[in-house]
Amino acid sequence: MSAVRTTPRSFRIALVLLVLLAGLPFLGSAYALRIGTFACMYAIMAVSWNVIGGFAGYPSFATAAFFGFGAYCGGILLGKSWTLLAAVSIAGGAAFVAALLFGMVLLRLRGHYFAIGSLAVAEVLRELTNTASNLTGGGMGLNIPLAVKGSDSVLGEATFFFWAMWAMLFLCFISVRLIQTSKLGFGLVCIKQNESAADMIGVNATLYKSLAFAFSGVFVAMAGVLYAAWVHYIEPGDVFDVLFAVKPIVMALLGGLGSPVGALLGAFAFLGIEELVWRNYLQIHSGVLGFLVVVLLLFLPHGLMSLTQSLRSRSGRKAVA
Amino acid sequence: MPGPRSMRELLRLVGVTRRFGGLTAVNDVHLTVGEGEILGLIGPNGAGKTTLVNVITGVHRASAGQVLYEGRDITRLRPYQSARVGIARTFQIVQPFPELTAIENVAAAALFSQAGMSQASARASAAAQLAFVGLGEMADKPAFSLTLAMRKRLELAKALAMKPRLLFLDEVNAGLNSTEVDHAKQLIREVAGRGVTVVLIEHLMKVVLTVCHRVVVLQNGALIADGTPKEVVNDPQVVGAYLGKKYAQLHEPQHGRQSAGAQSGVADTSVGVADTLPAGEKR
Repeated sequence: MSAVRTTPRSFRIALVLLVLLAGLPFLGSAYALRIGTFACMYAIMAVSWNVIGGFAGYPSFATAAFFGFGAYCGGILLGKSWTLLAAVSIAGGAAFVAALLFGMVLLRLRGHYFAIGSLAVAEVLRELTNTASNLTGGGMGLNIPLAVKGSDSVLGEATFFFWAMWAMLFLCFISVRLIQTSKLGFGLVCIKQNESAADMIGVNATLYKSLAFAFSGVFVAMAGVLYAAWVHYIEPGDVFDVLFAVKPIVMALLGGLGSPVGALLGAFAFLGIEELVWRNYLQIHSGVLGFLVVVLLLFLPHGLMSLTQSLRSRSGRKAVA
Repeated sequence: MPGPRSMRELLRLVGVTRRFGGLTAVNDVHLTVGEGEILGLIGPNGAGKTTLVNVITGVHRASAGQVLYEGRDITRLRPYQSARVGIARTFQIVQPFPELTAIENVAAAALFSQAGMSQASARASAAAQLAFVGLGEMADKPAFSLTLAMRKRLELAKALAMKPRLLFLDEVNAGLNSTEVDHAKQLIREVAGRGVTVVLIEHLMKVVLTVCHRVVVLQNGALIADGTPKEVVNDPQVVGAYLGKKYAQLHEPQHGRQSAGAQSGVADTSVGVADTLPAGEKR
């Protein structure tokens, strides 16, 4: 569709990768589980961002807003002793509706203006959270009770939240793939390519963009609930962190814009690089990471997915010759 | 061109006006388009032709007046809604989805303009439209790789895939060479032959005179003439505002309207001078 096409084959490869990842708890290492849970969480963000940023071409910085919204929704509901499943569903539904309404307003802006507007959403929510201290604990943060009964061992809880985050990623990935091949996905690509022409052939651009924005938020918000339940303590500066808005974009770019498979690979690749760099260059890790990202984007502007495409076309040429 | 006269009315503009700040781009236009007609809309650059189409299709909202389509008030419809009631247009500056293939471009038009269309049936309909405009072999090429003439035809295929009843063609011939123009003329006639009402915005008088049943002339946002092509090219106001004296003298010494012989001469000589006429115009 756009610069990078997701072929059914690369989709199947990504599915295999996901299933392999599910075997991580059998390593029995709490460190691996922690990394794995974070990998799934960031992959949810990158794959979700792809719906608004990759398909529709609207560079959203609202991921942090959705994540923080979900985390606080979940934290508050869990604090009122709702079950984790109920908290996840309610936060997801609320994020979807809120994003749909916000989108109707925000998506009138285009390009950089939209980017800045979407960035402001997280800041507004952060301030609201800070102010509404009876509900959210304000700057003191929010303590969240144990959500999983019976898993009192550290490893047991880590395993549970890994599975939960993994299942959320799986659900998110399949949903985004379905969106990509649906009428909605087709309409979004048309909007990205030429919005006024899309309007002229009967695409209800406002509705489609708002739906894309909502879908880019719903899984992130639900991941936010899982995060809150996992870490037991959240504060505004933590869950509304602007890095939650920036990193998914870098991951999606790294993997290949417009491809959910690319976003998935990009998230894993980014976290792998980040972990390596962080271990080896403790003092200057941000600098080294930034440098690596710039180099990768300079030499692979269409992301890691373009590597598989050029490999395929090379082997195709060989087959002809 | 024998025009189907006394036909059912498809589109009616009642006092349509569009202002941009202090500028009145379209000024109190009253116009009726009958079903099955090929109507030429001509006038100098900046006369408001494209703005008029933009008002009808909902890109701009009319500052005053009403647009009636099949008797229904569509003045306040948004572009995507007017696409769904059967109004299609091509753009003066072609507007493909550049990275989509030709067939995806046309399939999108079929899919989103009609209810109950599946992606598979949209693709099938797109293949048929591409074949009709002669782009069958280009189906899997990305739109940005097509030549200008091909992109104009792609634009037409997109509009046709919307199964329109009313089709606005905004300078589909601009920038084409004469072979391509002949091909485009043929396509327009075939489209009209399928029962689609066509409004043709055109600078090439050769095309206007040989294809249109009726011609209206817009100048400074106002309609200054409405009649058969022959009546209009002999109208002194039109000659003064748009065609120019040189054009009039080339085919006729006086701006007479009566002589049948002179009138048939108009069509003949105009073909010869047509290419030089719009020299002061865009192309």
